[in-house]
Amino acid sequence: MSDIYFDESIILFDLEGKSKEEVLTKIGNNLIEKNLVKEGFIDAIIKRESEYATGLPTKGVSVAIPHTDVEYVNRKTISVAVLKEPVDFGIMGEPKATIPIKLVFLLAMDEEHSQLSLLQKLMEMFQDEDTLKYLINENNKTKIKNLLESKLAFAFEGEE
Amino acid sequence: MKKKQVLVACGAGIATSTVVNSTIEEMAKENDIKVDLIQIKIAEIESYVNTADLLVTTASVQKEYPFPIINARSFLTGIGKEDTKKEILEELQK
Repeated sequence: MSDIYFDESIILFDLEGKSKEEVLTKIGNNLIEKNLVKEGFIDAIIKRESEYATGLPTKGVSVAIPHTDVEYVNRKTISVAVLKEPVDFGIMGEPKATIPIKLVFLLAMDEEHSQLSLLQKLMEMFQDEDTLKYLINENNKTKIKNLLESKLAFAFEGEE
Repeated sequence: MKKKQVLVACGAGIATSTVVNSTIEEMAKENDIKVDLIQIKIAEIESYVNTADLLVTTASVQKEYPFPIINARSFLTGIGKEDTKKEILEELQK
């Protein structure tokens, strides 16, 4: 299991896309350029999103957490994208319903059944409306990076 | 009481099932219930059709199974979490 890669370069602002596919392709391309994920990552994550939607009707700001199989990941990372205009994603656990998404946390995980503490902290954060609102309004990437590092406690990596 | 086999499934078996799995684990401990928790991908459910007592999942499951299915998206969003916990607990105590 690798250490998590996390810096300003994987935090994307004003991401434009007409569809979730376009949004996922743009986020994925950035990760491919940085060699964090493999070529097949984008196709895999789009396919997975269509089979198992990840839009979450969280309070205040809806969040999507696209992810796919570990085999496409070179180095674990979480890419954050704030969309310029909300884009419809399917709602997790519902066969047809969609929800307009403004904030995407793309999870590139390199090990199954792991990263429990990180994931729990992420879900805790999704239940905090004020933090979500802050994330879509802040325009300083370093501030966002610092906030997420403290909220998700990356320092504790390596447990499990 | 026989130990119940509980499947926890999501699309990839990576993210959401990990969180749901640990929530159930804690809940079982608090209530002194022994469960056999198995974290899987949705595609793997078939292998447990004859042994599972309950399926808890964040994904939408279209197929019918001989055991009850509880959706646990609330564990991720926080909305309705206590109701879902109660629902799972009732199944575990049956």
